[in-house]
Amino acid sequence: MEMLVSSGIGLIAACGVYLLLRGRTFPVILGLTLLSHAVNLVLFSMGRLNVGLPPIISKDATGYADPLPQALVLTAIVIAFGMTALAVVLALRGYLETGEDSINATRSETAEQRDPS
Amino acid sequence: MNLALIVLLPFIGALFPAFLIRSGRNACAYGTGVFTLVAFILLLVQAPAVFSGQVIQARFEWLPQLGLNVNFFLDGLGFLFALLILGIGLLIILYARFYLSHNDPMGRFYVYLMLFQGAMVGIVLSDNILLLLIFWELTSLSSFLLIGYWRHLPEARQGARMALAVTGGGGLALIGGMILLGQIAGSYDLSEILQAGDQIRSSSLYIPALLLILTGAFAKSAQFPLHFWLPHAMAAPTPVSAYLHSATMVKAGVFLLARVWPALSGTPEWFYIVTSFGLVTMIISAWIAIFKDDLKGLLAFSTVSHLGLITMLFGFGTPLAAMAGVFHILNHATFKAALFMSAGIVDHEAHTRDIRRLGGLLFLMPITATLALVAAASMAGIPLLNGFISKEMMLEEAVHTTYLGQDWILPVFATLGALFSVAYAARFAFHTFLGPVRDDYPHKPHDPPFGMWLPVFILVSLVVLIGLLPGLIAEPLVKITTDAVTGGNTPDYHLSIWHGFTPALFMSMIALAGGLTLMALYLPAKSFRERFPRPEAKVIFEAIIEAIAKVSGQITALAHNGSLQRYLAVMVSAIIAVGFAGYLGSTPLGAGERAMVPVNWPGLVAWVLLVAALGATLMYHHHRLFSLILIGVVGMVVSLTFFYFSAPDLALTQISVEVVTVVLMLLALNFLPKETPRESSSLRKLRDLVLSGLAGLGVAGLVYAVTTRGFESISDYHLAESKPGGGGTNVVNVILVDFRGFDTFGEIIVLGIAALAIYALLDSALHGAAQRRLSKWVPEGVRAMDPHPFILVIATRVLLPLALMVGVYIFLRGHNQPGGGFIAGLVVSIALLMQYMASGFSWAQHRLKLDYHGLIGAGVLAAGLTGVGAWFAGRPFLTSDYTYVHLPVIGEFELATALGFDVGVFLTVVGAVMVALANLSRVGRRADAAYEAQEQATDGKEA
Repeated sequence: MEMLVSSGIGLIAACGVYLLLRGRTFPVILGLTLLSHAVNLVLFSMGRLNVGLPPIISKDATGYADPLPQALVLTAIVIAFGMTALAVVLALRGYLETGEDSINATRSETAEQRDPS
Repeated sequence: MNLALIVLLPFIGALFPAFLIRSGRNACAYGTGVFTLVAFILLLVQAPAVFSGQVIQARFEWLPQLGLNVNFFLDGLGFLFALLILGIGLLIILYARFYLSHNDPMGRFYVYLMLFQGAMVGIVLSDNILLLLIFWELTSLSSFLLIGYWRHLPEARQGARMALAVTGGGGLALIGGMILLGQIAGSYDLSEILQAGDQIRSSSLYIPALLLILTGAFAKSAQFPLHFWLPHAMAAPTPVSAYLHSATMVKAGVFLLARVWPALSGTPEWFYIVTSFGLVTMIISAWIAIFKDDLKGLLAFSTVSHLGLITMLFGFGTPLAAMAGVFHILNHATFKAALFMSAGIVDHEAHTRDIRRLGGLLFLMPITATLALVAAASMAGIPLLNGFISKEMMLEEAVHTTYLGQDWILPVFATLGALFSVAYAARFAFHTFLGPVRDDYPHKPHDPPFGMWLPVFILVSLVVLIGLLPGLIAEPLVKITTDAVTGGNTPDYHLSIWHGFTPALFMSMIALAGGLTLMALYLPAKSFRERFPRPEAKVIFEAIIEAIAKVSGQITALAHNGSLQRYLAVMVSAIIAVGFAGYLGSTPLGAGERAMVPVNWPGLVAWVLLVAALGATLMYHHHRLFSLILIGVVGMVVSLTFFYFSAPDLALTQISVEVVTVVLMLLALNFLPKETPRESSSLRKLRDLVLSGLAGLGVAGLVYAVTTRGFESISDYHLAESKPGGGGTNVVNVILVDFRGFDTFGEIIVLGIAALAIYALLDSALHGAAQRRLSKWVPEGVRAMDPHPFILVIATRVLLPLALMVGVYIFLRGHNQPGGGFIAGLVVSIALLMQYMASGFSWAQHRLKLDYHGLIGAGVLAAGLTGVGAWFAGRPFLTSDYTYVHLPVIGEFELATALGFDVGVFLTVVGAVMVALANLSRVGRRADAAYEAQEQATDGKEA
């Protein structure tokens, strides 16, 4: 199972990076979402893979999975949602403002930045 | 204490001129002068102690860990310089009162001047070299402001910039050198460094430290080839030139040479570098000075020449030469400041300082002319004036110093330098003040007001007094200063006018005769000079600066071309490189020893599903709606993974976040293009595939290596303390609201801010360009005939209470079973969201009168107040509920505090999610309304 999980995480990361490197906002956001998944899973897997050992204290439990990575990942999921939402809205606003959804500055914008006069 | 006050007073004084100017120019000038005067008196109070050989100290700790302390000390050298800075400073303040015209902002001038004065006093009194560096940089900055004081003049701005570039650049070198010096000596305190001379000179870092420190000193003291900034700094008002560029700032470099003399001098490196640069500077700039037509330009080059002379003397490395150097610092400061002020008076009165347009001023402004002539004679080294005595000592030392094994080199060149200086002094004096009175001055000159020539008179009196009675007036000061420079090796030498028929006397006479002859042959000499190419330093400097700017511009254009795509690729590549470097650098990591979890069918199916979804995403990501569905599949597999591997809380969170995220993206996609154009070249695709393949490989390898190995976790503490300490059995939730509550607190604040940022972005989208584009929006594809299907409406309305109840249930049980504030918040948000989706925005908005912004605030507040509650029990913020154990209803109370925090989390999550989604749908509704109005309008026309 370790092999399946690690290859799965690797594939999600690879797909995320590929989409991240596209030139339009929407695929980049999707890439970001995938990359968040991958990172969360990497963090989670640092507690190793355990089946049937939820970290809920009970007399019958034979052991517990590591709760710390889980707690970290839980907040990470929520924060990743906040980040994605902000990115989506930024992309939307940018598109409404300019009618463009390219993530690259146009030639004139770059020139403007360099020479604010 | 007094020492610190002496340094501080000018800085305090710098605060006032800007206000005092409102009470008039006199109040401004004299009010400023009071601060300098008090500092000057405080310094004089220390004189008896200094003259009895004491070193006065004042020490304050600043950053002792870095060796940076506010330590001051006052020995002979510091005393001499502080005397010059404050004494001449007083005269300059008086002089500037009359020099500045009514159009010049006087308050600003005195602010800059006092800043400079404080920095300069700081340099000469610092015991700590790091502190000295700070003051050193301050002088560069304040002199930049002073040179550029007339900021409407281009040459003032250019001169200021050049001075800052050169002296600031030198300052950088000096920082390096000083830090090396401190490292070698093991202390940044000068008093200790000066004791460690042998250790420093034998260190392997001696040469680099020496070179860096000398670069700093040479840049400041305008030594060839870094001399070019000083003449251009003459664009400053004359009081500035007299103060900074003759008496004080340019002397900071030679001060530094004198200061580090015990630690660094005495080696062949020191001798050859310092002596050679001093000698070359002295001769070249003296030669240039002869032919300058601008009075201040001539004086500037002569200053460079004299600085070269002093540098050369310190380079000799003998105590007597050091004594001559110290004496000449004093003498040069007096006669050169007087000459600059005279030049300023001439400029002020005749409205020109071009020597070619002057002459005969002796008869028109007799007082000024007399004073200037005496000062010029001292500069030329005429007997009975102070310049003569120190120049004599210099020549005497040159005779006794062997250079490159030859006895004749230094005497010959020193005489040549003296000869040139006679020539330019003569030119300054004769061509300006002597000769026939002309009738074509731009302005008819006459003597200035008393206050303007008084400072010159005081300085010239000193010139004469020291020249006549050197043993009485200057010797004690020169001796204690030399004592400080040489570390107590003051030679038994007496300053006097007559030393008998020494070689120096003959050299002096040769210089005098030769200089006057050269002046008589001025025109032939000038045409001789003009036959050779003369590189213009300013042109070269500007070409260099321009080249640097151009190269930087090219690098910027290359690296910063506006393509975020490229930046991301660079970042990803860097991360991959770092990751693989670490991975390959360690012992190769393969499978570990930990027993693996057996593969089962559901796992395999999920994996295949994942691979298929990811593959399809790669292939069809141009179809945005479809790729969104595929992303949903990936999220689902992720949730299942969490669920299967013992993380029920994560599974619940992930699945509810997934729903919300997809809805959000759908709402946004309503307005964004539905297709991504195919514009990547196949080369770029290949590059990205390679990059992402490597990234995936790295991640997979890392996870595989880690998960197949056992480990020791710090979580045993959390598992053990969860129930007794946190009062809950769901350890993940207890960690969130208790063990790491502060972390969670920060997290919900971030979430709230993100939601508010979304609100800000969308609310303002209803105006301006975005609004105009929205109003022209036309939905793509076929619109649903019934936007609110009846079955969906009924089902969601029935479901709402159920969903809310589930939310409350998940929330309440969260401390002991999977659930908690985060998950409950998401579930409730989804329940509310369903109403918006099924029944429409306005219907839901009308009935749900909830202020979502308020929810966010209330949530953060609830969590924060729960944390503050701990204060009342005398515990730190967010301390767990265990504090209240002595209260009557212990068990219940424990639960209540944790619950209070979780309520905060819950409210923030609901508020944040709803703010984001409700605002997106508000935008959608606005666009819809605009579209429908459009439709009706066209329908109306057709009908």
